[in-house]
Amino acid sequence: MQRAMRTRTLARFRPPLLLSMVLLTTGCKEGVLVPEGPIGTAEKMILINSLGIMLAIVIPTIFATLGVAWWYRASNRRARYRPDWEYSGRIELVTWSIPTMVILLLGGIAWAGSHDLDPPRPLASPVKPVNVEVVSLDWKWLFLYPDEGIASVNKLVVPAGAPISFRLTSATVMNSFFVPQLGSQIYTMNGMTTRLNLQADKPGRYAGLSAQFSGDGFSDMRFTVDAVSATQYASWLAGAKGKGATLTGEAYHELSKPSQNVAPISYGAVTPGLFDAIASRKPLPAGPTMRAAPIAAASPPSKKA
Amino acid sequence: MLGKLTWNAIPFDEPIPMAAGGMVVAMILGLLTWISVKGYWPYLWREWITSVDHKRIGVMYCLLGFVMLLRGFSDAIMMRSQLALAAGASQGYLPPDHYDQIFSAHGTIMIFFTAMPFVIGLMNFVVPLQLGVRDVAFPTLNSVSLWLTASGVLLTNASLVIGEFARTGWLAYPPLSELQFSPGVGVDYYLWSLQISGVGTLLSGINLVTTILKMRAPGMSYTRMPVFCWTALASNLLIVAAFPVLTATFAMLTLDRYLGFHFFTNDFGGNAMMYINLIWVWGHPEVYILVLPAFGIFSEVISTFSGKPLFGYRSMIMATMCICVLSFLVWLHHFFTMGAGADVNGFFGVMTMIIAVPTGVKVFNWLFTMYGGRVRFEVPIYWSIGFMVTFVIGGMTGVLMAVPPADFVLHNSLFLIAHFHNVIIGGVLFGLFAGYTYWFPKAFGFRLHEGWGKAAFWCWFIGFYLAFMPLYALGLMGATRRMQHYDDMSWHPLMVMAFVGAAIILLGILCQVTQLVVSIRNRDELRDLTGDPWDGRSLEWATTSPPPVFNFAVMPNVQGEEAYWGMKQRAIEEQRLMDEPSYEVIEMPCNTPTGFVTAFFATVTGFALIWHIWWLVVVGLIGAYAVFVAFAWRREEEQLIPAAEVARLDRERRHLRAQILPTLTRLA
Repeated sequence: MQRAMRTRTLARFRPPLLLSMVLLTTGCKEGVLVPEGPIGTAEKMILINSLGIMLAIVIPTIFATLGVAWWYRASNRRARYRPDWEYSGRIELVTWSIPTMVILLLGGIAWAGSHDLDPPRPLASPVKPVNVEVVSLDWKWLFLYPDEGIASVNKLVVPAGAPISFRLTSATVMNSFFVPQLGSQIYTMNGMTTRLNLQADKPGRYAGLSAQFSGDGFSDMRFTVDAVSATQYASWLAGAKGKGATLTGEAYHELSKPSQNVAPISYGAVTPGLFDAIASRKPLPAGPTMRAAPIAAASPPSKKA
Repeated sequence: MLGKLTWNAIPFDEPIPMAAGGMVVAMILGLLTWISVKGYWPYLWREWITSVDHKRIGVMYCLLGFVMLLRGFSDAIMMRSQLALAAGASQGYLPPDHYDQIFSAHGTIMIFFTAMPFVIGLMNFVVPLQLGVRDVAFPTLNSVSLWLTASGVLLTNASLVIGEFARTGWLAYPPLSELQFSPGVGVDYYLWSLQISGVGTLLSGINLVTTILKMRAPGMSYTRMPVFCWTALASNLLIVAAFPVLTATFAMLTLDRYLGFHFFTNDFGGNAMMYINLIWVWGHPEVYILVLPAFGIFSEVISTFSGKPLFGYRSMIMATMCICVLSFLVWLHHFFTMGAGADVNGFFGVMTMIIAVPTGVKVFNWLFTMYGGRVRFEVPIYWSIGFMVTFVIGGMTGVLMAVPPADFVLHNSLFLIAHFHNVIIGGVLFGLFAGYTYWFPKAFGFRLHEGWGKAAFWCWFIGFYLAFMPLYALGLMGATRRMQHYDDMSWHPLMVMAFVGAAIILLGILCQVTQLVVSIRNRDELRDLTGDPWDGRSLEWATTSPPPVFNFAVMPNVQGEEAYWGMKQRAIEEQRLMDEPSYEVIEMPCNTPTGFVTAFFATVTGFALIWHIWWLVVVGLIGAYAVFVAFAWRREEEQLIPAAEVARLDRERRHLRAQILPTLTRLA
């Protein structure tokens, strides 16, 4: 009776593990396990490979733990009791070697991977990369196309199949630029420029977000990435250029004021040098000197957790 | 006169904080009234508040940790219920400015005021007993440490009703935490409560390092110390090395906020990335400050309940000290996505993985400790096996995120949240609960109720998996941390599941509260007269439960590893106790209100600094200094316990031991 009870209690260790496996394999339609570009695909492979290597050790260890604890339960008189057994050089050698070998393997993956997939590293591609400059604001994303002289807020249109070369900064607090299905995220930091290279292989709409908490409007600091065919991209460019507002220093100053849940905006023209001025914290070209207004101005300090 | 403090600081218009705050205030008032009515004040003052006894201080630390677990958990269940509701168009019931305070408070409280006091409390209680000594090196300082920690707790909780708490996340990254972006008092509450309690922690670290290095019983060489003492040594060395970094980092942020400095601001050459580096130079060792003592607890528990010495004792020490050193070489893995470059990321990734080697060795050593043993399935071993199963999963996901390209897509996601809860709940908390159950009879002379203990374990264990496995999946689906609401409805079922898990953990906590109440009521049935309820192996089991104020009537003479096990086996073989020693007068330090009064003035100073009440700052500082001077000029330092009293207490112990001796048989 007691024995039956114990069997049952131990059996309960397993379902959560199975559950997690099921979730990992079936739960996702978007996200990092459904990559749509070379960086995301490579990162997913590294993720799965590393997980596989470790599971090869972890799963047997879990079962060994449960098995040993169960077999050597005090009531099992068939188990041999060795009250003074406390050392074995051979076992020690094995216990140090197993994790060491796993780590040698994974360490190699980590070292090679962090070089191959270093965010600033340009993607090898016959197609000429599209340059995009990214500025995180309170609480929205500004995308500048320096080669085209246009800009947009919370909506990024890129040609599928072409590498995109990002330069990123923040006009306010730190944020992290992240499109889960395309791969690597990178911080955006005030007064600094980071670099990132991504590519969308297929046309489609991918969700983007800030992955670094940045204040009250953080949850809605989302954007969409529309990857379109080369011809659609060309016609989008032609349609966008010269139409709509111009992003001057003054307009940027207005835009940089804190606002939440901002619908996409397009700018048909941009004052040249805007990104560099923001990133280097120099006075803006034409227009008043700018600086993101303090959050305080928009949301009075409030009470309590 | 009152600086920034006005009636507006109290959120009369916000029902949730008002109700929560009102309830806490009512409970505190109720408790104080009850103590007054019952006339317990003189007893509490004499025996607990002014106590410098390491055991009493340890118990109070643990109590503080447990009470703050309730506070931190109420934040947790609010977050989980918010996210179970706030899907699609719904905004849930917590607006961002409130939600942001809740997750910041949850992290701060759980790490600094739940895990830390609990860990320090157990080390305080157990280490001197295991070393066979009468107290820690600096007993009064120990009391100061405790009360400074309590001061930080008080300030953090005061923010519930007076003003606000930080809305910046638990590490208050600038520039968000700078005055420009966080002009309220929230970050100031955060800074000053952690500065004050941080001083307490640092002093406690110095105290325990000194105790372990300088105050062991005769014959207790380093390689005869129980593994828990080794892990406590490693943990406290880390405290001594890492906490000054935290203090300095916070001091710089404080200078930015109070005196217009520019260490971490956007303007005038400040660099917020310096803060992020520095905070993690403290932050990563902090993880090991918490988990190493938990490893020590598991080592004690698994060995005791398997009826075997720990397998690979020296290997364990080696692994512990490896982790201690390596923990300072991995901090950058918390921000691979800052763009530091491939070589830097690669280096820190590999260093992080190397830590997994000694940790893996520990897991295998526990496994081989059970191998060939007679494993008694009592509550502490449940927590230990639950830990081994859970922790290897958390360790695996940790190593996964140490691979920089994998981290590029997992960083800051709910996968990360799941990972560190996996190691902190599955590692630290399970360890603390194992230790709590294991040493409770030593502290109070009776065991905790077993049935409620097992129920608590199963609720925590199942609740943990239900609450955090969905977060792993959500992280892979692109869900990031600290969201107040989300649009993607496909996340909703998993969020609901996580909430159900948190609710089951709540049941576990309720079981623990019930267990405590039931155990106190049935203490006579659960009484342990032997002082050795688990067939223990280290010196704390050699004395009575609870131990006398001086711990040991005569200093034990240690003759090998597992000091008490050796003595016990000899007694069983010869069927008699050691010859009665000659008892001598014992000098013990006097109780003193120094710690309590210092902390009172520290709290006043902290509160005044938060609200810019400058005259009160001066009053507080003068008060704290005056206490120090008064203590330095004290006349009586020690009380003498007469030899006759020592002899009486020890003969009682010997009598009980002699009675049970014939019932013990040598295991083989």
